[in-house]
Amino acid sequence: MYFSAFLERFALLSIAVIAASRPVLAVDITGAGATFPYPIYAKWAEAYKAKTGNNLNYQSIGSGGGIRQIQNKTVDFGASDMPLKPEELDKSGLVQFPTVVGGDVPVVNLPGIKAGEIKLTGPVLADIYLGKVKKWNDPVLTSLNPGAKLPAQDITVVHRSDGSGTTFIWVNYLSKVSPEWKEKVGEGTSVNWPAGVGGKGNEGVASYVQRISGAIGYVEYAYALQNKLTYTLVQNRDGSFVSPNIETFKAAAAGAQWDKAPGMYLILTDQSGKNSWPISGATFILVYKAQDRPDRAKEVLKFFDWAYADGDKLAMDLDYVPLPDSVVKMIQASWKNQIKDAAGRAVW
Amino acid sequence: MSAVVNPLQGQAQADLAALMSRRISDASLRKQYRLDQLFRHATRLFAFLVLALLAGILIALFIGGLSSMRTFGFGFFFSAEWNPVTEQFGALVAIVGTLTTSVIALFIGIPVSFGIALFLTELSPKWLRGPLGTAIELLAAIPSIIYGMWGLFVFAPVFASHVQPILKSTLGSVPIIGILFKGPPMGIGVLTAGIILAIMVIPFIASVMRDVFEIVPAVLKESAYALGSTTWEVVWHVVLPYTKVGVVGGIMLGLGRALGETMAVTFVIGNAHRLSASLMEPGNSIASALANEFTEAVGDLYLSALIELGLILFFITFVVLALSKLLLLRLARREGRTT
Repeated sequence: MYFSAFLERFALLSIAVIAASRPVLAVDITGAGATFPYPIYAKWAEAYKAKTGNNLNYQSIGSGGGIRQIQNKTVDFGASDMPLKPEELDKSGLVQFPTVVGGDVPVVNLPGIKAGEIKLTGPVLADIYLGKVKKWNDPVLTSLNPGAKLPAQDITVVHRSDGSGTTFIWVNYLSKVSPEWKEKVGEGTSVNWPAGVGGKGNEGVASYVQRISGAIGYVEYAYALQNKLTYTLVQNRDGSFVSPNIETFKAAAAGAQWDKAPGMYLILTDQSGKNSWPISGATFILVYKAQDRPDRAKEVLKFFDWAYADGDKLAMDLDYVPLPDSVVKMIQASWKNQIKDAAGRAVW
Repeated sequence: MSAVVNPLQGQAQADLAALMSRRISDASLRKQYRLDQLFRHATRLFAFLVLALLAGILIALFIGGLSSMRTFGFGFFFSAEWNPVTEQFGALVAIVGTLTTSVIALFIGIPVSFGIALFLTELSPKWLRGPLGTAIELLAAIPSIIYGMWGLFVFAPVFASHVQPILKSTLGSVPIIGILFKGPPMGIGVLTAGIILAIMVIPFIASVMRDVFEIVPAVLKESAYALGSTTWEVVWHVVLPYTKVGVVGGIMLGLGRALGETMAVTFVIGNAHRLSASLMEPGNSIASALANEFTEAVGDLYLSALIELGLILFFITFVVLALSKLLLLRLARREGRTT
């Protein structure tokens, strides 16, 4: 008698403990992939947990790893800086959508030259990275920059040594503006660089550039901003020379025609628009179209829905550029159309 | 009657007790034996676990690298092409970079380590030995990423502005080896990676050398001194021959670290898949190519080529170890003939 009463009390107590530790039905969603958006995903996850109690566990293992993990279904969503081509999406049954916009900034180290004092064009950047323009006082550079005092110095090209979405955006841009680059080098998260030295990560590239006089490199926009690197102006598709800032990135994102991109396969480089920064790119999330576990998929979508609605300020604090509202509407429409549970009902 | 029987009975009881106690000790012996067996099997299991792990890694690398082996065949070893976009891969640059940096590391590391060990065991005042020895062991405990960052942010700038121009103007104009010191003084490249590696392997080689130098019997050294040998002669003709196995072992330990070192090399080698004769130009090593490219390697062939690189590193390390064993065997045989 006494013992069974004790058992009963014990059972009640343990239920109470379990209930107390989970005030709401908290869900842990997992994602893995790109390192570039990791800071903002972590920030969003923190704020989201404070608000809803739901946990997002994001492992920044690199875009390639993220794609592999989602294909193996070990995570609820994958993240990649390089969008998958529509046919690849169809093959694996995935849907992708962009979250935030970032981009690359060319940085230089020239004695006496300050940030924003040098003007470059896409084709010239490509020729520098091809190793064809070797000196800073090359006629193409001096004619672009009549006011600046360009030294008769060798150009040392610095690129990323590790595979990276930053590299992808950079070489994608060079491929768009230079047929020779497209033919000789091409695009990818790492390529066969015709010239230069490779630094590991943004910090590796930045430190090489800062150290080697006459160096040019490219780093992620937020990194260039936070470390006050000497960036250059770049001519965009409409012919105006723009400097990298939140407005020009926004202009690039707004000018993009997402509705005409099947599978949201759109790289924001070389976008039209008077103010758009030409070397921009969005980072993407990958989820399955046909969901075995629709409840978890819904939690993933809920998280990003919250991030689109309430996460803009957090993103801008970290120098990421939020997507325009029109694009967010399209993304949510695509969730409705494409992500289905086993019975074919829309998850969102 | 009973008086007679009783002692007999007592005797029998005593025998029985003795027998019992022997039986018990037999049982405990058997138990001991079983424990011994258990212990022996357990230790053997642990030892074979290493072999199994090794075989497992080898098989996994082999399977992973299979599609690259099928695609590129033996050409993989001799091609300097590394193009992730067109999926053309060759290991030559990485192999050459790995071997070159390791050779530079040993070229600098062995004499310095030898000097350190010699000073600590033969020449240093007693009170200095402890602190110096500990300092060297501490050097071995520094994580490699620290060496990498130090190399990139501190060493490379100094090297570029003060050492490389001198190297270029002196050694660079010497006919044959001059080609090794061409190129812009950037502070990063194969030579810098080799020097950083040298700093990293010195504590390993030096502490092994010091330990083996210390075990040379004082009698041997004192006899040589008594015959009028100089310190150098004692070290060269007594200490080194006595400790050669340990010395070669220490060097191999250092070489193993140099071959497989990843982070420190990645920071300073320049990471360019290009073959150049100059040591001042950027290059690449197997471990650093893997560290750089594995996370973002999209495409099966790319991944497979990286795994095959790993297999090659495994193979190189094995060959190096095998060669050092051979060297020791040959040394031992020559010793047998001359004495």
